[in-house]
Amino acid sequence: MRANPSFILSLPLGGKILLALMLGAALLVPLLNLLTPVDSFFHVPTYLVSLMGKYICYALLALSVDLVWGYCGILSLGHGAFFGLGGYAMGMYMMRQIGTRGVYGNADLPDFMVFLNWKELPWAWYGFDMFGFAMLMVVLVPGALAFLFGWFAFRSRVTGVYLSIITQAMTYALMLAFFRNDMGFGGNNGLTDFKDILGFDIQADGTRSVLFALSALALAGGYLLCAMIVRSKLGRILEAIRDAESRVRFLGYQVQYYKLFVFTFSAMLAGVAGALYVPQVGIINPTEFTPANSIEAVIWVAVGGRGTLYGAALGAVLVNYAKSYFTGALPEVWLFMLGGLFVLVTLLLPKGIVGLVNQFTSRTVRSPLRFLYAGKQP
Amino acid sequence: MAFFNALKIYALLLCILFMPLHAFAQTQADMPGLIHQLTDKSRSTQAEAVDALTATGDPVVIAPLDALLNGNLYTRKSDGSVWITTATATGFDLRDPLTGADGGSVAAGEMSKAKITNAIRTRLRGSIGRMSLLGPDPKLRREAADAIFKNGARESIPLLEAALEKETDETVIRRMQRALAGVHLDQSDDTQVRLKAIETLGAFTDQDVRALLNTALKQSDESVRAAAKKALAGVESRLEFWGMAEGLFHGLSLGSVLLLAAIGLAITFGVMGIINMAHGEMVMIGAYTTFMVQEVIRNSYPGLFDASLFIAIPAAFMVSGMVGIAIERGIIRFLYGRPLETLLATWGVSLILQQTVRSIFGPTNKDVGTPSWMSGAMEFDSGLALTYNRVAIIVFSLMVLGLLVLVMRKTSLGLRMRAVTQNRAMANSMGIRTGTVDALTFGLGSGIAGIAGVALSQIDNVSPNLGQSYIVDSFMVVVFGGVGNLLGTFFGAMSLGLVNKFLEPFAGAVLGKIFILIALILFIQYRPRGMFALKGRAVEN
Amino acid sequence: MRKHIRSTVMAAAVAVLGAVTPIKAAMAADDTIKVGVLHSLSGTMAISETTLKDTILMMIDDQNKKGGLLGKKLEAVVVDPASNWPLFAEKARELIQVKKTDVVFGCWTSVSRKSVLPVFEELNGLLFYPVQYEGEESSRNVFYTGAAPNQQAIPAVEYLMSKDGGEAKRWVLLGTDYVYPRTTNKILRAFLHSKGVADADIMEEYTPFGHSDWQTIVTNVKKFASEGKKTAVVSTINGDANVPFYKELGNQGINAEDIPVVAFSVGEEELAGLDTAPLVGHLAAWNYFMSVDAPKNAEFIKQWHDFIKDPKRVTNDPMEAHYIGFKMWVQAVEQAGTTDVDAVRQAMYGQKVKAPSGFESVMNTNHHLSKPVLIGEIQDNGQFDIVWRTDGPIVGDAWSDFIPESKKLTADWTFPWVCGNCEKPKYTVN
Repeated sequence: MRANPSFILSLPLGGKILLALMLGAALLVPLLNLLTPVDSFFHVPTYLVSLMGKYICYALLALSVDLVWGYCGILSLGHGAFFGLGGYAMGMYMMRQIGTRGVYGNADLPDFMVFLNWKELPWAWYGFDMFGFAMLMVVLVPGALAFLFGWFAFRSRVTGVYLSIITQAMTYALMLAFFRNDMGFGGNNGLTDFKDILGFDIQADGTRSVLFALSALALAGGYLLCAMIVRSKLGRILEAIRDAESRVRFLGYQVQYYKLFVFTFSAMLAGVAGALYVPQVGIINPTEFTPANSIEAVIWVAVGGRGTLYGAALGAVLVNYAKSYFTGALPEVWLFMLGGLFVLVTLLLPKGIVGLVNQFTSRTVRSPLRFLYAGKQP
Repeated sequence: MAFFNALKIYALLLCILFMPLHAFAQTQADMPGLIHQLTDKSRSTQAEAVDALTATGDPVVIAPLDALLNGNLYTRKSDGSVWITTATATGFDLRDPLTGADGGSVAAGEMSKAKITNAIRTRLRGSIGRMSLLGPDPKLRREAADAIFKNGARESIPLLEAALEKETDETVIRRMQRALAGVHLDQSDDTQVRLKAIETLGAFTDQDVRALLNTALKQSDESVRAAAKKALAGVESRLEFWGMAEGLFHGLSLGSVLLLAAIGLAITFGVMGIINMAHGEMVMIGAYTTFMVQEVIRNSYPGLFDASLFIAIPAAFMVSGMVGIAIERGIIRFLYGRPLETLLATWGVSLILQQTVRSIFGPTNKDVGTPSWMSGAMEFDSGLALTYNRVAIIVFSLMVLGLLVLVMRKTSLGLRMRAVTQNRAMANSMGIRTGTVDALTFGLGSGIAGIAGVALSQIDNVSPNLGQSYIVDSFMVVVFGGVGNLLGTFFGAMSLGLVNKFLEPFAGAVLGKIFILIALILFIQYRPRGMFALKGRAVEN
Repeated sequence: MRKHIRSTVMAAAVAVLGAVTPIKAAMAADDTIKVGVLHSLSGTMAISETTLKDTILMMIDDQNKKGGLLGKKLEAVVVDPASNWPLFAEKARELIQVKKTDVVFGCWTSVSRKSVLPVFEELNGLLFYPVQYEGEESSRNVFYTGAAPNQQAIPAVEYLMSKDGGEAKRWVLLGTDYVYPRTTNKILRAFLHSKGVADADIMEEYTPFGHSDWQTIVTNVKKFASEGKKTAVVSTINGDANVPFYKELGNQGINAEDIPVVAFSVGEEELAGLDTAPLVGHLAAWNYFMSVDAPKNAEFIKQWHDFIKDPKRVTNDPMEAHYIGFKMWVQAVEQAGTTDVDAVRQAMYGQKVKAPSGFESVMNTNHHLSKPVLIGEIQDNGQFDIVWRTDGPIVGDAWSDFIPESKKLTADWTFPWVCGNCEKPKYTVN
């Protein structure tokens, strides 16, 4: 299960491309952004750097959804909650970093608390002035929530649409909770007006490039971890659970623990995605918890190709690129395009874009590309 | 107490107004002049005119005062003359404010309306009320009595007693007794009278009486305080009871809204197994159909407006049902056996439908009117008010549910629907056209959602976002009740509504909802297939 | 094997370039002056913001008919941030960096403004924000053409306290749970205290966005009001939730004489979705009403109806704010002779525009407008009848005098202050 070269070479072509792309982008994009002159053909503008960084964070979220949905049959309509929680943990760290630079100049309390007449920091904010603690929370909070939720749900064998709907209830409840100003997380306005992260100015090109590179590396790392999981013995059992849960149970496996593990791991991954997302877009607010956002993440996976991991990442980037493009180019009708895309993909491409490409390559270009398909197709 | 002192002065004025009624009437104030003054731009001039007209005591002034209050008093731009108007299709019919003589008809543009503010409105209502204490309209007499109760002036005692003697209407008698007791308790020097008043008041159950009894607790007389305390306890316990009743009503009403929103989904999702994210948009289409029906009625048959909802119900059923059938035939039929993928496709459909409606009707809210029989509330002496539109929605939701259960259980279509959803292959081999049945079932679910839209248009925004606000709740209701069980949907909706409304006073609207969602998540652990789970192996897959 | 690795890397490089190139190619040369429009055309805010997009398109159209600006045509760049706050930030960056717009008109909610604020400050863009808001902000890169709390809330409450307004003694502060109602109510509470109103006579209640079941709250308001003194409701309920709220008020028979409701977020556009007959007499406070009787307003309404080709469409306060903002920007550009942000900002201060409200609006150095305050009563035709107005324009306060922390702050972007939130000037005058 170690990530030795032979493991990487055994990955499917799409996975290799993803890894290569991410490693390449993590190196190239910061260089092209920082070192080339602005008018050069090779210059990558900062606008693009943070835009692509955002896409990559979405891709990481899609990856985490695909891990549970594509390989374990758990359709989570609440992964946006884990993404949001990770984002909030990061946001809280950055809020504390503002210190006296806020408009009211209060060293301890963020502006919105001063404003709501709060006299001291709520307990939930303790420790978030430390980067290490905040980073720990980025994975621990979503992980703990997923563990608790999964422990209840999988033990009592809640499956299928019932599970999907209660994951939706979970993210909806969190959304309502975070919208409340009394919760102490900034209410509707959320957390914003960040200044710096670990002392680096968040608006500087350098910081943005580094954040981009980190996101790309996180996606590559996340992909490797997920690939390792699904190709291990554990992964086989997960797939078996996806295809026939009762039979696996009858064979003596403790199904709930396998599910619990993969669900919790996936939530942590989503948390990391959220944490990387927030400094790049500059705001985190409760709309990240809306059920619609979680459903969209599922759609990215379906568009890319469920159960392929790299396909999920591809779907996230493509759909979001389409969204960015159409909201600018065709602001009045872009919802028709997006809606139509979802309908067409479901009808015509049941295995997503990856499925289409695979069909195409396996039919027409038998060799030499087929040689690269050392990894099994799910 | 300064408040009551101020009231005393006011009462004194009131007294002056009433005692020499005839004396004033004989002086014959300049009535037409005063009527003209009513339309003045200055509020204080208007107020003077209202007072002067009231002071005449002449019942003839009620008509112009009432017209001013209801916005029917206009001046003609050409000659500045003042008229009471009745709106017609093209303009106004005119009547003389004092004599009621017919003044012909004019176009709308020729008249300008006399404008008033809330301060003038209050004054007008008071004046009309006092003049009507002996008047012919029992509703006005009742309002007048209530006004005196709130103002509590000793000088109104003889007036009230005189009115009581003549009064025949049971309700009005009670209101007058209440007013009289209120004034006695607050103003009388005689302990016995006050004790008697407390006894009378103790029989009433409303917030105003409670407030008044509370002030009696501060009176110096020991026996009065004790009696007030006792009476207050009775009033408060009854108020609490009625508060519970009110909570129950609010809960049922919220439950019926949830039921309406979810019931179509109970078919498309519950029975057919399609995760229908476009369900909310079917509701929205129903609401827009209502809007269209009303537009046609407003423009062509204004007389039918009160019946508009009854026309809208079949129309909405047809429109939403047709859209539903189109979606089923065009998209969903290719996806049977892949329930999770229906989620993606219907999500896309929902985006398209939202944007379509936005393109056609624009993004802003549309005005769906409330028929007159649905406006207002049933008010009880206890202060309990049941609003007609909520009552109508409760009744309507139950009718829809009943009808649906009948269709599913008693018709051959229902039989075939159940057959197809339980075992498609078997039903097919028995000669049932599964394709047609699928289309009809989805059409039925969508049509029912459209009907829900007619009802929801009465209480919510009619905008392209209408459906979005109900979709999550609808799924919760269906899952909580048990997928595939209409009765479960009913109990699911009602219990969620009731729990929500009973939590709201303690926890507030948001926390209450969060608690419910958490409770729902925990409940599903306990009963993983909802409240009323279908038994048997078929459900496993 | 090595060959394959190399080919994979090559493929990766090609893919990166492929993704980059089309976006770069989209950057065009500028022979026009580009005006960005950043209003949601889909999602929950489309209901309010689409009209503002149309308003700016109308103003641009009008300006082009007059021959454009500085000899160039104006070109609208419309994008749809889809009521999604991170998307607002992305689109703002796109407008400034990629589409090279010279000015942006946009945003409705406070959170969308907060989301784009760092982008405008980083890239030194120029945003005109047309909606009444909670104040407590003054950015160098934003001109706030909507009302600050002192231009809306306080005059409205003063009116209700007056004899004409019904001498209210008890107050219900109802709002949606977000920063604008919270702030406004905080300011109002301090203001009411200063007028001798006790806490027991103030009820404060918050509801979530899109709250549609108002039964319990309206019943509670009725109870609160039945406890003796004259009660008034101050509503900061946001957009969507207003229709069900007013419907419930009407059905429970609460009329304006008993319990007047004064709203700060309900204008002609919101009333268009309602039968207003049961609501006659309830109030709203704005800086503009469609019913203002002024020649400038008649002209504005006609221009709007001609542009939108629907004589039923109404005008409202944020539209008037965009009207003023656009005219001021045009004047400032003409005065500066360039669209350069720094030059235009300097030229903005003191710009005067004859507004449809019938008064002359002035841009102050704290980036807020001087505007009149009008109070209107709802009529049965969906319009407002103006019952009270200030004698003249009131200067918008970025920092409220009623909040201790903000009382000491000053916003003034001219020398010697040059600051949006300072306790003393940045520069000393010798």
